[in-house]
Amino acid sequence: MITRVKTQLKTFLGGIHPADDGKILTLGKQTITAPSPKAVYLLMGQHIGAPAKPIVKKGDVVKKGQLVGDAQGFVSANVHASVSGKVIDVAPWPHPVTGIKSPAVIVENSGEDVWVEGLNVASDADHLSPEEIRHCIQSAGIVGLGGATFPTHVKLTPPKDKIIDTVVMNGAECEPYLTCDYRLMLDKPHEIIQGLKLMMRCIGCKKAHIGIEENKRDVYAIFKDIVSKDPAIKVDLMEVKYPQGAEHQLIKALLNREFKPTQLPLEVGVIVVNVGTAFAVYEAVRFKRPLIERVVTVTGNGVENPQNFLVRLGTPVRQLLEEAKLTADVNKIIFGGPMMGIAQGSIDTAVTIKGTGGILVLRDAQRGESHACIRCGRCVDSCPYGLNPSELSIVCEAKDFDLALDNNVMECKECGCCSYVCPAKRPIVHLIKFAKSEIAKRKTRG
Amino acid sequence: MSASPHIYDGENIPRIMWAVVLSLIPAGIAGAFTFGYYCLSVIFLCCIASVVTEIFILLLRKQPVLSTIKDGSAVVTGILLAYTLPPSVPWYIPVVGSFFAIAIVKHSFGGLGNNIWNPALAARAFLQVAYPAVINSDWRILQHGIGNLVHSITRVDPEGKLVDAVTRATPLAKEAGAETYYLTQLFMGNVPGCVGETSVIALLLGGVYLIYKRYIKWYVPAFYIGTVFVLVIILPPRMVTPWANNPFYHIFSGGLFLGAFFMATDMVTSPLTKRGLIIFAVGTGVLTALIRFYSGYPEGVCYSILLMNTATPLIDRYTKPKLYGARAKKG
Repeated sequence: MITRVKTQLKTFLGGIHPADDGKILTLGKQTITAPSPKAVYLLMGQHIGAPAKPIVKKGDVVKKGQLVGDAQGFVSANVHASVSGKVIDVAPWPHPVTGIKSPAVIVENSGEDVWVEGLNVASDADHLSPEEIRHCIQSAGIVGLGGATFPTHVKLTPPKDKIIDTVVMNGAECEPYLTCDYRLMLDKPHEIIQGLKLMMRCIGCKKAHIGIEENKRDVYAIFKDIVSKDPAIKVDLMEVKYPQGAEHQLIKALLNREFKPTQLPLEVGVIVVNVGTAFAVYEAVRFKRPLIERVVTVTGNGVENPQNFLVRLGTPVRQLLEEAKLTADVNKIIFGGPMMGIAQGSIDTAVTIKGTGGILVLRDAQRGESHACIRCGRCVDSCPYGLNPSELSIVCEAKDFDLALDNNVMECKECGCCSYVCPAKRPIVHLIKFAKSEIAKRKTRG
Repeated sequence: MSASPHIYDGENIPRIMWAVVLSLIPAGIAGAFTFGYYCLSVIFLCCIASVVTEIFILLLRKQPVLSTIKDGSAVVTGILLAYTLPPSVPWYIPVVGSFFAIAIVKHSFGGLGNNIWNPALAARAFLQVAYPAVINSDWRILQHGIGNLVHSITRVDPEGKLVDAVTRATPLAKEAGAETYYLTQLFMGNVPGCVGETSVIALLLGGVYLIYKRYIKWYVPAFYIGTVFVLVIILPPRMVTPWANNPFYHIFSGGLFLGAFFMATDMVTSPLTKRGLIIFAVGTGVLTALIRFYSGYPEGVCYSILLMNTATPLIDRYTKPKLYGARAKKG
């Protein structure tokens, strides 16, 4: 082991680092293309904002890349067919994150992979105007692929009074177990940088800053080499710590700028993009490929063959799990990473969406019995947002929502550090989520 | 379906409590060497009485018994109480004290996590008021002390008194003519005192282990002991003893190391944040020094910690963690 000087690495206050972050399961393996599924389930509401509207009907024949869901309004995103074939149904389907059923276009795969004319062709990106770049991104249905699924064209349209001076690209991949961004950065570094530059051009931003966690030194070296002649783009190593890739912590570490948990990065003149998003932008602008596939880490001790897969949008999760050799005694299937991912109720209805970076299969995910808080203060030390999770968990449990508001419950980003470290095994994030939803209900009741 | 996160670090309350038990063992062994084996029965009695009381109260409160007993917190209270008692106390003192600690101080406030005062210390304060003659006067030490195994095997007479022992004043006794001890004696623990408080080196061993395991925060004992150290140098003493302004004599004497590493660091009864804990530790140090210098008592660790326990909710209120970005300019 090389001794490394920790103080040189950029970071933030608080946070956690699991001793075993599970990345070893997949980080050394090449990404493989998942077999084309028999049918894809394209959810219309798989991004933040208004759901798209289905514009095909049962029986229609669609080609790969064809628009099947039309964005409704500005804060919304298009959805495209990820296979060519016949629409077998347009029906409600459960959303893997919210659990709520929303309309979905179900396409039976003909296996021919016929592209729509005019898509999947190289095109000249160098002479596009900012407006044209934004249009390409918008029509390709690109959303934030770090998991938040905020439509990218909206992010690239900052309000007139906000000046964006830096684009921050998130290569931290701080969630334990996930390696999809890491593998993408290894495989497509030039494309990612091109995508970043396109976004910088789009908003007329002169500076960019890329943050890489210190456990990905190989990627750091590659990026450093690529941008060596480009003083506008800076690459920095950051401490390995969760949630290093969250907007607030990333901006604090790289630029030393702070803003409130409820505010957006544009308050401090920054937009944050994920490396996966940058790659999708490159694909959309340079090759006219809409966002219909992404890298997904299928991992955990519940699969025998953990692996990164290039996955078509709307692929049934069962199929991916079969590829990864699901074991029999699985206890939990999670969409996303172990810290913020969503446990799935039914493996048979779960399908991938644009924000699915990982499918984590665990055999032994039990929190254990919960006790009264012993005020050890670990949660307070770990909270990257300066909250008091100990007190929040107690007041939320007592359903004292006014006191919860006094304790800034709405500023919680649910990163999970507090629950992770709690020796009393208190379901702190769960209690906070519950309080937030009750407060929201109270508001709507007036 | 459970909410995120889905992984946890390995720590839990039983692990922490049993680690505290482990870390207290060296001080108990040192006590047995210094005061004879009878003090092992004091420790044992305290633990048994604490656990039995806990079972009794849990049954009364219709709470799960087995899982709570297994968390080890009653055993920790028992050991800590025993360590604050004179080595030759009669059998009913540990029993009454443990009952008070668990039933009154801990469970009448809601059990583990909800008590305001450290149960062991509050019980010790109670015993001091209820049985002043026993708690304040009966200081004994083996004639041959630490390291002399043959002589440490002590006979106990039917009244529970140590036969092979002599009565001497505690190192902190302020009376004129009271005995003074060498710093090395104080450091090793070969001086009169309570069961588990005299051996600084044994307590340090356990304390460093807990700091290494991150179960206690280094700055609590550091600021507590440091504050006493500084105040001893600068405060004008009222007593006329050769060690009055000797900081090392003070910090190695009495219950300071036991209190600083194992009682002021009690999570339940101390503040939540680092700032709060430092205020708490400094406050405890100030009170300890003031009591030692200007009160009728020779020692002030117990009352200092209890008083600062009382102030903990107030400290918490004024040392809330700073909300991220609160200093950012108003949009």
